Amino acid sequence: MTEPRSRAAALPEAAWHETVLAGLKSNNVKLVVYVPDRVFTPLIEAIHADAFFTTFSATREEEAIGIVTGAWMGGMRGAVLMQTSGFATIPNALASLVVPSQIPALIFVSERGTLGEFNLGQAMVCKTMRPVLDSLGVETHTITRQDELAFIIDRSIKQAVATLAPVTFILSPLLTGGKVFEA
Amino acid sequence: MTPAKTGAVSAHNAKVMNRFDLTKRMVGQLKHEEAVIGGIGNANFDLWASGQRPQNFYMLGSMGLTIPIAFGVAIAQPRRHVIALEGDGSLLMQLGCLATVAMRAPKNLTIIVWDNGIYQITGSQPTASASTADLVNIARGSGLANSAWAADEDDFDRLVAVALKGGGPSLIAARIDHKPAVGATDRDPVQIRERFMRGLGVKN
Repeated sequence: MTEPRSRAAALPEAAWHETVLAGLKSNNVKLVVYVPDRVFTPLIEAIHADAFFTTFSATREEEAIGIVTGAWMGGMRGAVLMQTSGFATIPNALASLVVPSQIPALIFVSERGTLGEFNLGQAMVCKTMRPVLDSLGVETHTITRQDELAFIIDRSIKQAVATLAPVTFILSPLLTGGKVFEA
Repeated sequence: MTPAKTGAVSAHNAKVMNRFDLTKRMVGQLKHEEAVIGGIGNANFDLWASGQRPQNFYMLGSMGLTIPIAFGVAIAQPRRHVIALEGDGSLLMQLGCLATVAMRAPKNLTIIVWDNGIYQITGSQPTASASTADLVNIARGSGLANSAWAADEDDFDRLVAVALKGGGPSLIAARIDHKPAVGATDRDPVQIRERFMRGLGVKN
């Protein structure tokens, strides 16, 4: 008789969006404000389906940054979800509110503009996003691998809260599959 | 056209009042440690000059985000009333936030808009509300049914009192004169944020 396989080994690997949701939940991040993105749709739907979260769309990414800033000051942790082009709307909110006020805003960006992009606008923002974040001194992780996702999110949320600093998670198409276009 | 239930005053017949006077009147009605978020510039300066309550937050940058910040505080602390003080130019920069607030309908959020029709702090260039845009109609069209022009000081006091009862998101717009602000805030964002969080009981 063979040994039964361990339970962990028998389970299929979690999907990326399940891992992100679990990381938010285990760190008590209750508020998720987003501007929609096709690639993030499974995550957004899963967050809507989970009563733990307060979640809704904002009309603009910098509005979402303002909302989670207020929520943090009121005692509730919050995350913002956006696609790459939306990042281009938030540098002023980062430079004049989040960074100088030391707000641990958790920013998730669905990476567009690389690895098969067709929209030049997304590609240009993709090129400028990391230099902007670096200039502002904002901790940024580009996540490409499912086996590193849980660790990066969990540790980085804890660091953001402990050091009162925002963090950006750029979720690569290598992780999410990205958006596929016919050439 | 059906008059809104909170009043049928239009921008055209609302009295031109003074921002510092109205700020003091509003603060004078606060008895339950309500949070007040002051917008960049003169909204902040007159809030500062009205007395530095621990529950005041002075937004030094991020023009347009006063209402989103206030909304976030209202989400985190549903039993505390939250008031956003915003200028006409700042509101015009971020009109979408009115639709978001209306969609979520927080009972504990009041938006006060100071409309002097100018970008006062940058050289008094006219805003769109000086000629064509009606901020109360914009708010109503965004879904904020409890939106009204304050006809005069007494009407402003009454609208604030009704809003503080917490029946839903409210927007009160006041036409104001071009007098400069009475004071100016300190410029230390970390200290402002820390004091505010202690004032809200989030930090000891």
